[in-house]
Amino acid sequence: MAYSFPEEVLEHVFSFLSSDRDRNAVSLVCKSWYEIERWCRRRVFIGNCYAVSPDIVIRRFPEVRALEMKGKPHFADFNLVPEGWGAYVHPWIRAMSEAYPLLEEIKLKRMVVTDESLELIARSFKNFKVLVLSSCEGFTTDGLASIAANCRNLRELDLRESEVEDLSGHWLSHFPDNCTSLVSLNMSCLGSEVSFSALERLVARCPNLRTLRLNRAVPLEKLPNLLHRAPQLVELGTGAYSADIRSDIFSNLAEAFSVCKQLKGLSGFWDVVPAFLPAMYSVCSGITSLNLSYATIQSPDLVKLVSQCRNLQRLWVLDYIEDSGLEALAASCKDLQELRVFPSDPFGAEPNVALTEQGLVSVSEGCPKLQSVLYFCRQMSNAALVTIARNRPEMIRFRLCIIEPQAPDYLTLEPLDTGFGAIVENCKELRRLSMTGLLTDKVFEYIGNHAKKLEMLSIAFAGDSDLGLHHVLSGCKSLRKLEIRDCPFGDKALLANAAKLETMRSLWMSSCSVSFGACKLLGQKMPRLNVEVIDERGPPDSRPESCPVEKLYVYRTVAERRADMPGFVWMMDGDKALAFS
Amino acid sequence: MEGYSRKDPQLLDLIPKDRECFVAKRAEEDHGVSEEKKLELSLGPPGGGDYWTITKTSHESLLSFPTYFSTNPCVKSPWQHQAFLHHLQSAAQLPLPAMKESPPQPCTNRAAAVELQSAEKKKAFSPAPANTAVPNSSSAQKRTAPAPVVGWPPIRSFRKNIATGSSSKLASESPNSAADKVSGPKPADNSPRTLFVKINMDGIPIGRKVDLKAYNSYEKLACAVDELFSGLVAAQSEVCAGGIKGEEGGEGKAIGGLLDGSGEYTLVYEDNEGDRMLVGDVPWQDLEFIFTNTPSFSSMFVSTVKRLRVLKSSELPRLSRGSKEGKLSLNA
Repeated sequence: MAYSFPEEVLEHVFSFLSSDRDRNAVSLVCKSWYEIERWCRRRVFIGNCYAVSPDIVIRRFPEVRALEMKGKPHFADFNLVPEGWGAYVHPWIRAMSEAYPLLEEIKLKRMVVTDESLELIARSFKNFKVLVLSSCEGFTTDGLASIAANCRNLRELDLRESEVEDLSGHWLSHFPDNCTSLVSLNMSCLGSEVSFSALERLVARCPNLRTLRLNRAVPLEKLPNLLHRAPQLVELGTGAYSADIRSDIFSNLAEAFSVCKQLKGLSGFWDVVPAFLPAMYSVCSGITSLNLSYATIQSPDLVKLVSQCRNLQRLWVLDYIEDSGLEALAASCKDLQELRVFPSDPFGAEPNVALTEQGLVSVSEGCPKLQSVLYFCRQMSNAALVTIARNRPEMIRFRLCIIEPQAPDYLTLEPLDTGFGAIVENCKELRRLSMTGLLTDKVFEYIGNHAKKLEMLSIAFAGDSDLGLHHVLSGCKSLRKLEIRDCPFGDKALLANAAKLETMRSLWMSSCSVSFGACKLLGQKMPRLNVEVIDERGPPDSRPESCPVEKLYVYRTVAERRADMPGFVWMMDGDKALAFS
Repeated sequence: MEGYSRKDPQLLDLIPKDRECFVAKRAEEDHGVSEEKKLELSLGPPGGGDYWTITKTSHESLLSFPTYFSTNPCVKSPWQHQAFLHHLQSAAQLPLPAMKESPPQPCTNRAAAVELQSAEKKKAFSPAPANTAVPNSSSAQKRTAPAPVVGWPPIRSFRKNIATGSSSKLASESPNSAADKVSGPKPADNSPRTLFVKINMDGIPIGRKVDLKAYNSYEKLACAVDELFSGLVAAQSEVCAGGIKGEEGGEGKAIGGLLDGSGEYTLVYEDNEGDRMLVGDVPWQDLEFIFTNTPSFSSMFVSTVKRLRVLKSSELPRLSRGSKEGKLSLNA
């Protein structure tokens, strides 16, 4: 086949393959396909910035236009990865600034991005269009100012959930007057006030602006001005949704919303005053995505709003919605696919709201398209989990957090093994699972036996022996990411399944029972794995080898060992580990 | 345990003799067979040496690998460990059931754990095993607060600060707010009042976060910082001295003198203008608070802190307190 087509034709055919998996498969067919494919690969996704080096990527794919890359382990979101661990993007930017002058897109997640990197991006890539920094840190508004000032064709600037040091609200005024290309601007994570007049002018001159997510510092009174200038908006993140209760403010707002016929997504709602919510009822029927996870209002107010949104597909909300609100949701939103319920008082000892397992059961009964759940609650039962599993066998993502670790079935005081067992047994398409509550090794046997498509699993305070981990590693064929904290899993299961780790992207284990000796051995046996011991108590070789390490992060890599390890990380590679002993 | 492990043909398969992932070899369909289950259970907790036998043959150099989980003082429950490290909530913390009882941990009391475990297996669905920490969660009973374990519950730090600011005031103005609701939730009252800022200490590689809202005076904050880092400092110095810590993180010696400059370390902060200030320079509660009784988060200190640092006093430039001139240059 390869001989029958000229290269150009194959290249054209390949251009229709958008998924990374398909491109990878194509490049394995034969040498000539490999060559053709690598020259026409425009987009690269790197799930772990230490799994490969910039040099290797550039050597293989010389014509990349878009890079998407992830850095720190997921548990970094919860403060489990010490500050200064790594995931610095600068070496990548530096290498790409020389190799890829035509680079257009950079999307980063959980990486450390400095102003220097942002300036280099702004200077180096003449046709730069998309910058998405998701849960990143290390930069300031000065870096954003240089992006704004120099990227003339910028379409998307998205800072979702990044930690930006806010030096000045004037960075927005660095967008030149001839910048009209913005399609998406998300600055919801910024703390301080932005220059409103600069924002207003920018919004007004970008006719293709579809997504605008403001930060909390933008007052509600100003929102109508922006909406009038951008009636074409599809996604809107409001600022603070509060003001003095005055009829003129309300009517301005209602009128402004009534012009926005395209709106599909709403977020923001900091400090929301429920009296102003009816101002946006006119757009509710078109809303498919609603993020109320900052809206600290009570169930009746939430229900009034949600029940206006009949076509809702995705809802994020605080547990103030309560069981009764979720029941109303189940009755009115039949298209719901994703539900996230966050805790309003995660550290309190007593429940502050009437939210139990029942709310989730109601939604699983009433919403036939539900396939993605993140649910924080304070009590759960096996019976409820079994019902949910039977109601929604199409579930793809199921993350349940019972706030009290190791809480049993509150009705029977038994472990929640059967409940989670039912989830994995019924939901054949399950790809992501997070588990909490009292769980024994039994549940991991169910998971190993049934969760054949599971790709990411989070475990906390669960299991009772190595057997639990062994079931997961030996049974879950599709597992790519496994993160474990505070579980009595140790050396035996880890070493017995060492080869499995090369098929996965990464394994995180903190406060488990893996010994330093086992980490060393793993590093020696598996040269293609980077085995990082993260220990803040000092060098692990100053303690007996049988002593458990604090944190272990294992990932496959084709790169050299990383050069940017801080003092509290030890890489267990062969030579080094032998030197220890 | 070791005895019947060796007889188990499945277990020999556990050793990755080559790169092949043995997952593929495990027949999916045999999971229901009870004989199989029995055999699997014999894998048991760490300690058995069976897979080692094989490893030795291929890695002669590693013969001396020690037995796992010998009676090692380093081996502690992760609960205790985490609790120590991140025990930053108020000193008035209630006793924590999860910390007092021992969770299912093979490392603390191995012999007992092994026995219990095999007993558990036989009746997998018996009520909660005796060695697990199961606080009674019947909703009628009053529960103690969950342990202040870092990263638990798994919530992003920006979510912890949701309800700061003016929400409470405005919510009560709202005509719809059900202030008269008897048993319903009261977001305005119950919303988390937390404000986490980062804190780093000279010589300690790990950053932490502290909740400024949990304290109402510099003294309490200093105590908390002391508690947070003293163990680490002790651990660090012991490691430097080449010793092996018997009691991991034990009661480190108090750091002390963080506020008045009399100790080895001094607590400083970066304010919202990026200037470095000595902690204690401005009143914790400003005059406005005293007169208007506004909530404590209007405190000038709390509202301007961007991050905290514990610096070696010897490396601080001489400063006069209480004046703008007292600001340290960030780049000093």
